[in-house]
Amino acid sequence: MSGAELRSWREVPIAGVPWLRSTEYHTGDWRSERPIIDHGKCVKCLLCYIYCPETAIKVFWDPNKTKVERVDVDYTYCKGCGICANECPVKAIEMVLEKR
Amino acid sequence: MVAEQVNMLLNGDFAVAWAWKHVEPDVVAAFPITPQTLIVEKFSEFVANGEVNTEFINVESEHSAISAVVGAAAAGARAATATAANGLQLMHEILSITSSLRLPVMLAIVNRAVSGPINIHCDYTDAMGQRDMGWIMIFTEDAQEAYDTTIQAFKIAENEEVLLPIMVCLDGFLVSHTAMNVKVFKDAKVVKEFVGEHRRVPKIKVMGKEVEFSLSPKNPIPLTFGPFAYYDYYFEFKRQQVEAMSKVPKIIERVNKEYGEISGRTYGNGRVVPWNIDDADIVVVVMGSSAGTMRYVAERYQKEKNVKIGVLRVRAFRPFPWEDLQKLLAGKELVAIFDRAQDQGALGGPLFLESLAALYYAKDKPRIVLNYVYGLGGRDLPPELIEKTFNELVRIRDGKEKPFIKKYLGVRE
Repeated sequence: MSGAELRSWREVPIAGVPWLRSTEYHTGDWRSERPIIDHGKCVKCLLCYIYCPETAIKVFWDPNKTKVERVDVDYTYCKGCGICANECPVKAIEMVLEKR
Repeated sequence: MVAEQVNMLLNGDFAVAWAWKHVEPDVVAAFPITPQTLIVEKFSEFVANGEVNTEFINVESEHSAISAVVGAAAAGARAATATAANGLQLMHEILSITSSLRLPVMLAIVNRAVSGPINIHCDYTDAMGQRDMGWIMIFTEDAQEAYDTTIQAFKIAENEEVLLPIMVCLDGFLVSHTAMNVKVFKDAKVVKEFVGEHRRVPKIKVMGKEVEFSLSPKNPIPLTFGPFAYYDYYFEFKRQQVEAMSKVPKIIERVNKEYGEISGRTYGNGRVVPWNIDDADIVVVVMGSSAGTMRYVAERYQKEKNVKIGVLRVRAFRPFPWEDLQKLLAGKELVAIFDRAQDQGALGGPLFLESLAALYYAKDKPRIVLNYVYGLGGRDLPPELIEKTFNELVRIRDGKEKPFIKKYLGVRE
């Protein structure tokens, strides 16, 4: 529930039915390992984008939307599961221990 | 106005089945277990004959029965199930989920001793094992009350201020398999008007919009039932349940009174049923069918020995009616609390412990409070044994015998 002010029991709906959009659950808080993309190695195949369970891979297209210019990780939602690093065919993603 | 009723020869289980027939829940899912089986058998007969328009789900276990009912209730249905003893223990996991999801499910429990040794007869250890699962718990005395309370239960649980599941308990065999003349409503319409044709699913506010508190696909914002809540919110949802439970005593009282208007029958104030306690200086506190035997003996005892012994029957165990006990037992010389449940490792049985805690805060505490544990595994509590116990209570009151904390009644020492 990070990113939102904590509310009292009088203010939240009963039975814990969610009252916020899923985008307000910052799952990035859970991360213990951070994926770092080596953009030199990356071939922009988008396998990481397809496999990411949190849709935390951001894809940047060229203005004509014909070519991928760059992919990046949205650290607000990336849980650090490492699936992207595991699936990457050119080993362009490295999992680095978080130092927080 | 009291509605027209007919006498039927029903045992406690059939009485529950008939109450269900008159309420006509949308969904019933149940698995048979002695001594609850007759409820399920009878009700499935009603379904097979087309006498009710209820979806009856055959399931492979009690865990599935309560789970199916939870799913149905989350979809907005009025749903009910029934079980006993080991079956109730198998439901345990889902019981706390039902209450935390705020689903007003009705569960009939035919009280039976839990294994082992394996036993099918009455004691309350099964229900007492679930007393902290966030359910409302009402204990009935006979088949008539089982019928009446089953109908009341839907109205109590579904109240918008409450929205908590409810257990209606009846004594295994002593009530479940003992036939008596039960007055049932001639026209099921009376019952439907009392509880409402269908469950009224409340509206709640989510993200600034009003939504139905259900899994309805028509909701502008679809709801998730049963999400995560960690250390940051779990406690708040438990606090909400406590608040809902605190509304229950007055709702039980109101429903008891309203039911009296259509049936001509009320049970004390709905929470406790006092009998002859006003100027009695000895009062026994008891639940279930034993209360009837106690009243029978107490009446004779007063005639023969001119000693007045009051009987206070606790009907609602959750929420526990501590204020009623504090008021009704104030200033008594001696209060004896009878527990039909295991007390291993505790100072006394559950009814004793709850009562004792309430009386500690009473303005005018009773002088002596003691506990009898009786009737485990269906052990009989005959009138002669109650009379002997009354003699003992009088001797203790008069200082001829030393008081004690706890005694076992009817066990071979």
